[in-house]
Amino acid sequence: MVVEFGPDSLPGLSIGDAQICLLERLCNACAVSGNESEVRQIVLEQVRPFASEVRVDALGNVLALRRGQIRQPLRVMVAAHMDEVGMMLMDDEGDGVFRFELIGGVDVAHLPGKSVYIGRAHLPGVIGRPLSFTADEDQDTEVFGDGPDNKIPLASLRIDVSPDNAKKVKVGDYVTFTTAFTRLGPSLRAKAFDDRIGVAILIELFRNAPPNIDLQAAFTVQEEAGLRGAHVAAYALDPQLALVLDCTPARDLPHWEVDSAAAGCENALYNTRLGAGPAIYISDSSTIHDPRLVRHLVETAEALGIPYQIRQPGGGGTDAGAVHRQRTGIPSVSVSVPGRYIHTPATIIRLEDWQNSLRLAHAALSRLSPAILDIER
Amino acid sequence: MSEQVSFLKQLISVAGLSGYESPARELIELAWRPLADTLQVSRLGSLHALRCGAAPAPRPTLLYAAHMDAIGMMVSGIVDGFLRISEVGGLSPRVLPGQLVTVHGRRDLPGVIVPLPPALLPAEAGARLSWLGGLLIDLGLTASEVQELTRVGDLVSFAQPPIELSDTYLAGHSLDNRASIAALTGCLQALQSRQTAWDVWCAATVQEEETFGGALTSAFQLQPTLAVAVDVTFGRAPGIAAHQSLPLDKGPTLGWGANIHPGLYRAFKELAERLEIPYQTEPMPVYSGTDAWVMQIAAEGIPTMVLSIPLRYMHSPVEMVSLKDIDRAARLLAEFAVQLEADFMSRLTFDEGD
Amino acid sequence: MKSFLQKLVETPAPSGHERLVREFVRAEIETLVDELTVDQMGNLIARKGQPQAAGLKMMLIAHLDEAGLAATHIDEQGFVRFLPVGQLTPINCLGSRVQFLNGAQGIICAEQLTDENKRLTFDRLFIDLGLSSRADCPLRIGDQAVLLQPFGEHGGRVTGKALDNRAGVAVLVETLRQMHTRQFHSLHELYFVFSVQGQVGARGAMTAAYAINPDIGLAIAATPSGDAPGGRRPGVRLGQGPAIRVRDGGTIFDPAIVDWMVRTAEATDIPFQMEVVEKEYTGGRAIQLSRAGAPVGCLSLPCRYMHSALEMMDCQDLQNGTRLLIELLGRPFVAGRSNPL
Repeated sequence: MVVEFGPDSLPGLSIGDAQICLLERLCNACAVSGNESEVRQIVLEQVRPFASEVRVDALGNVLALRRGQIRQPLRVMVAAHMDEVGMMLMDDEGDGVFRFELIGGVDVAHLPGKSVYIGRAHLPGVIGRPLSFTADEDQDTEVFGDGPDNKIPLASLRIDVSPDNAKKVKVGDYVTFTTAFTRLGPSLRAKAFDDRIGVAILIELFRNAPPNIDLQAAFTVQEEAGLRGAHVAAYALDPQLALVLDCTPARDLPHWEVDSAAAGCENALYNTRLGAGPAIYISDSSTIHDPRLVRHLVETAEALGIPYQIRQPGGGGTDAGAVHRQRTGIPSVSVSVPGRYIHTPATIIRLEDWQNSLRLAHAALSRLSPAILDIER
Repeated sequence: MSEQVSFLKQLISVAGLSGYESPARELIELAWRPLADTLQVSRLGSLHALRCGAAPAPRPTLLYAAHMDAIGMMVSGIVDGFLRISEVGGLSPRVLPGQLVTVHGRRDLPGVIVPLPPALLPAEAGARLSWLGGLLIDLGLTASEVQELTRVGDLVSFAQPPIELSDTYLAGHSLDNRASIAALTGCLQALQSRQTAWDVWCAATVQEEETFGGALTSAFQLQPTLAVAVDVTFGRAPGIAAHQSLPLDKGPTLGWGANIHPGLYRAFKELAERLEIPYQTEPMPVYSGTDAWVMQIAAEGIPTMVLSIPLRYMHSPVEMVSLKDIDRAARLLAEFAVQLEADFMSRLTFDEGD
Repeated sequence: MKSFLQKLVETPAPSGHERLVREFVRAEIETLVDELTVDQMGNLIARKGQPQAAGLKMMLIAHLDEAGLAATHIDEQGFVRFLPVGQLTPINCLGSRVQFLNGAQGIICAEQLTDENKRLTFDRLFIDLGLSSRADCPLRIGDQAVLLQPFGEHGGRVTGKALDNRAGVAVLVETLRQMHTRQFHSLHELYFVFSVQGQVGARGAMTAAYAINPDIGLAIAATPSGDAPGGRRPGVRLGQGPAIRVRDGGTIFDPAIVDWMVRTAEATDIPFQMEVVEKEYTGGRAIQLSRAGAPVGCLSLPCRYMHSALEMMDCQDLQNGTRLLIELLGRPFVAGRSNPL
């Protein structure tokens, strides 16, 4: 049974104050790969009232089931990852100064001069300027030079909590950015939209699950560490197909020559564009998405007039990379909310992209029927 | 202790390279047979030994895994009676020039690794120190003898015999990871006179140095409730940064990070402190580089722990460990198994105070 | 086998879009096997034989897909930017014709490099379809293309794109044909798997291995030879027989299987070469690491200029590869021990 929705009649699926508040809580929570507790608590609190079954598995994934209301519903896994990129304190150099390592694909160029939170208490600290590694102490030689090839070595950075707090943190503590969630007109700015936006959408889908499917919601861990939570979640759930919700870079800044008359100055490597709607994946570095599901998403969007874009093929990766290879193969597709400056302290998304991603995901799930898998891939 | 040392010295005197672990497995099987209720070999050649627990069935199971494979080389070509080599596992070519080796051809043949002089190398090799492609093995035989006795695919192992530097320090090849096998053996010996509630599997896994394939497939087959990888880690030594290594003889290390269940880390830490067994904490933010990396994501996922023995000069024929650290590891493993209560899993949490 | 190989090579089927070549193979083998299925990844799985006491469940695998290109951007003048899907390098694409799955054709060109020494990267390449503007372009982002190169014969050798791994597919199909013609029954329960997405990391192999859960596996793959100027040393040579691979970048093959293959080849006077490679890997890895594990071996077919627009193989090597495979299928194998012939 397929439930039809028009673009303006979506019960309970608009973005209102409650949804924005929840997203704010999610983004401000600190949950680096391997340390997802803070977000896990919020997720459990949100899904328990609606779930037929909930459990937390060996790695910390939250697996919540909401049963369908028809006979023999399609078993669909929908995943969003709870972890964010961050850092770990590695070596205590005394006086509150620590060496640190990266967790996930953090862009080191964004680290100097930033504030951070450490540990469960969110103790504040700073990452100062890179230490100079040259012998010329009297020259102000910045480690990062003039050209794009001069990268900042991670070894030249330290986290400093001040001498007074030296004993309040320790080696092994997790570290995040501090950017507070805020609204900027049509946009939202925060840390960790990758993938708290996916988590927020999944919570909303779970609360408003369509009746034609058994919705297996997987709030996964350790995506940024190699899609590890999704790997075991998919194996355990063994769904018939999977939808993965993530946040993908929008690299839609202007080419530096855009205002010259010369041809060939388009930005051809934008990945996705802000404001152009949910990004449907054709392929990335870990998955060639199932064409049947890609088609289903595109057809759903076009039928309901939901704006969408096709993410440029290649690069990146989502939990679908782990999911689709499990057991005898799980047809999978990813949809992402575009975000500028992912894996940096401050990411920007558009509210309308969030709204349209939610609508598209809900509509696509509602219109699924087992027949979709009868065509050979 | 001396019986255990002599077992370890035997173990590091055989090859047992990744994918070809039989020589090591045969020795370990001999040592473990009297200590196990059941012994079995996996499809890829890992050795599994079971010590049954006393709790009523269905009992939870604990898996201790230590890889038994070692790094080495393989003949990749034969040229004028000289052998070209490829690596098995991760080698640092810098330790190879002048190294005495054994080529396992139609019979075991002694050889020495020699570098081609710069004049005989291609121009682009100039900048690379001891590039594996620029090394040959000289067996001292005629070209036709070499053709008869060796072929592409033959294994090459280090011929370095074990060196007992003192009562505490032992050096030799393959201490990565036969030192951990010795720790598991010590654990099994300690369990002889003790009872556990849980079933305890000790697995000598294969192919860690290449694919982690032994641990992955053994974890899938045994589906343990908990799994601990016992491996070696970077011991403090000249040339290695202090913040990237741990001192020898200060106890085994307990891993902390995404590959370790925080509740297991806490359980091991509290136990070590209670028993006054020296230990060190080793932060490993994401990748542990051990069998735990694959065991954690086997089937539906397994809570994992990493226990490591500090070792100097890793992946060289002169690796060095403290025998006392091996002993401490063995004791900690045994005690952990003994004190594991049947309902431990219901109390295993991610956060303290949960 | 040559004309069958030609048809295989000329069928466009990049990773993830293997349907056309899968259908072609299915039609060829339908009457030669006991059971045929297509799984959710698109793998074609054919069973021949029944479980038998003296035999094993054996999985044979060759990947159907070829490396291809995906359109990433169409600019204002209708030039198409792209990324490779699978093992292609920029220098190997330059100058080739391409054909998109919807029929559109173009040529791969490069931006003028201002610096002689600047390494050619994919973002400096583009496809020219001979258009004037974006509006004229019949493509969308994500559309797939394959290299368009004519199949050629040079005495006993053939050239074409996608010999890696259509040659492996041809060997498996030829094996089935000969088994049928000679009424030859294997001791083993055989699963012939024509897998998908081999070029992007043997992904199809993982799910097929899980489904079949074989006792042993054998991968049939192309391997880069070392017998052209500047070729890798050491390396196998064209015309000296199939290679028995001892290890590669993803797998240490089972010593008992290597031994079984060597002794079988020696006993039947089939020329062969021993091979150790460092960077390639096959679906054999997926089989070895699936579930509780399975020992695997690899039979490889020497190939010059692998991962380029035109590859070269020797037909005798393919024939001998097929012969060796059939001999192996007729012989018992016991894991972990030296096997009698």
